[in-house]
Amino acid sequence: MRDYDIVIIGGGPAGLAAAVSAKQNGVDSILILERDNELGGILNQCIHNGFGLHTFKEELTGPEYADRFIQQVNQLQIEYKLNTMVTDIDSSKKVTAMNRDEGMFEIQAKAVILAMGCRERARGALNIPGYRPAGIFSAGTAQRLVNMEGYMPGREVVILGSGDIGLIMARRMTLEGAKVKVVAELMPYSGGLKRNIVQCLDDYGIPLKLSHTVIDIKGKERVEGVTLAEVDEKGSPIAGTEEFYPCDTLLLSVGLIPENELSRGMGVEMNPVTSGPKVNESLETNMDGVFACGNVLHVHDLVDYVSEEAAAAGRNAAAYVSACGAGNEEGQEIALKPVSGVRYTVPSTIHPAHMSDELTVRFRVDGVYRNCYVSAYFDDERVIYRKRQIVAPGEMEEVKLTKEQLLRYPDLKTITFMIEEA
Amino acid sequence: MERKYLTCINCPMGCALTVEMEGDEVVNVGGNTCNRGDTYARKEMTNPTRIVTSTVRVVGGKSDMVSVKTKEDIPKGKIFECIEKLKNVQIQAPIHIGDVILANVAGTGIDVVATKNIAGMNEA
Repeated sequence: MRDYDIVIIGGGPAGLAAAVSAKQNGVDSILILERDNELGGILNQCIHNGFGLHTFKEELTGPEYADRFIQQVNQLQIEYKLNTMVTDIDSSKKVTAMNRDEGMFEIQAKAVILAMGCRERARGALNIPGYRPAGIFSAGTAQRLVNMEGYMPGREVVILGSGDIGLIMARRMTLEGAKVKVVAELMPYSGGLKRNIVQCLDDYGIPLKLSHTVIDIKGKERVEGVTLAEVDEKGSPIAGTEEFYPCDTLLLSVGLIPENELSRGMGVEMNPVTSGPKVNESLETNMDGVFACGNVLHVHDLVDYVSEEAAAAGRNAAAYVSACGAGNEEGQEIALKPVSGVRYTVPSTIHPAHMSDELTVRFRVDGVYRNCYVSAYFDDERVIYRKRQIVAPGEMEEVKLTKEQLLRYPDLKTITFMIEEA
Repeated sequence: MERKYLTCINCPMGCALTVEMEGDEVVNVGGNTCNRGDTYARKEMTNPTRIVTSTVRVVGGKSDMVSVKTKEDIPKGKIFECIEKLKNVQIQAPIHIGDVILANVAGTGIDVVATKNIAGMNEA
């Protein structure tokens, strides 16, 4: 069995940034395990631009953004294995993996960074009646087919869900000669970024129907059309609003789910709201020395924040490895509690003794709120509040806490995050 | 006087902008909550531009496709012509990020460049 200080599961944006950061923080023995045949993860199929505005102060495409980190991994001579599937991690951090060259093998890690990303919610999760004809794809699958393999999945397209991948694919399919007839969104607001609605739909005259869903798929061998209907506040179709759209392809952009089979298998405690691990200020799970970052932890909308979060995880894992065997006195523990309007927080606990000078708490809201305050109460005292013209579920929010600030409240038990009316 | 309607993209507010035009000239911008909306509307109405991204076929490479972009933004009205010109381009691997794939696309003066490294078939 081989030994490494840090084993990173996944070579996408999170895994790459975590590896670079861990190396820069003094750990030499690092291994990245990636199941695809190249590093970069989902960025490789995201050929559109708009990545890296925060990190590099310029607009890059997905492959260019990935390359910036791949170059660093190579310069720092960080080891990685491609085409390698991790099948199990046990509670002692023994990683079981396999590939074609080495067969099945085991690696003992001192620390593990979970960076497996997420996958798309599929048709099976939507309860749409109808047969199972060819022509139904997740938006990400269509993106891979068009951008990496050079195939067009269809010519006449309806898209269900207005997540960013669906919007991006509406434009991409249009440019490649397809007719995108409509994008239907179950919610009364879009889950995608404003910029994508304007530049991917409005630019090409593609209608967006809010509060609409697919209630029937016609076709036995191949999709022949779909029926859309308007929905009421509860999401139930309203009789009499049905409209049939002939098409040969239905793309689904209906949400992303963190991919945590390995985490669950090793006993990592999960947050039911994010479907990702519960973590503390160090992005460490309930298992000692097991860290999580990126979309496996909670789904992000900007890769820049994934890189930032992953760099923190790498730094913390490096500190864990360096301190191994030292006493792990945790002291005061503060619970972070999301209420009215805030769905979750990452992290969910803070040990002020272990946090760095500043800590970014990230979260999402459960609806669109205008002219509101994003507030944090330290026990009963309203300490942080920021006026916002608008907050929306599609855009991740953050509040920064400083160590200095927390040390002023030595008896603090709970920080409560909420949206308040102005 | 002509009225045009836009959605501002600078923040999640997505202000509904009303632009009053006198011929090709913007006379007034309304509906914006901040100055960025005004700037955006004037640019969109007089000289809308976009970065265009696509893919082209690769010969003799580890991948069949390489992703590309216009090095700078091009006029919005040239997007389809740009895509059309890229349809018949085939490019020999190896390819490096920044390599010019098609110079002066659609007479815009802007080059289309590769955004991904593609190794040749026989490279390690």
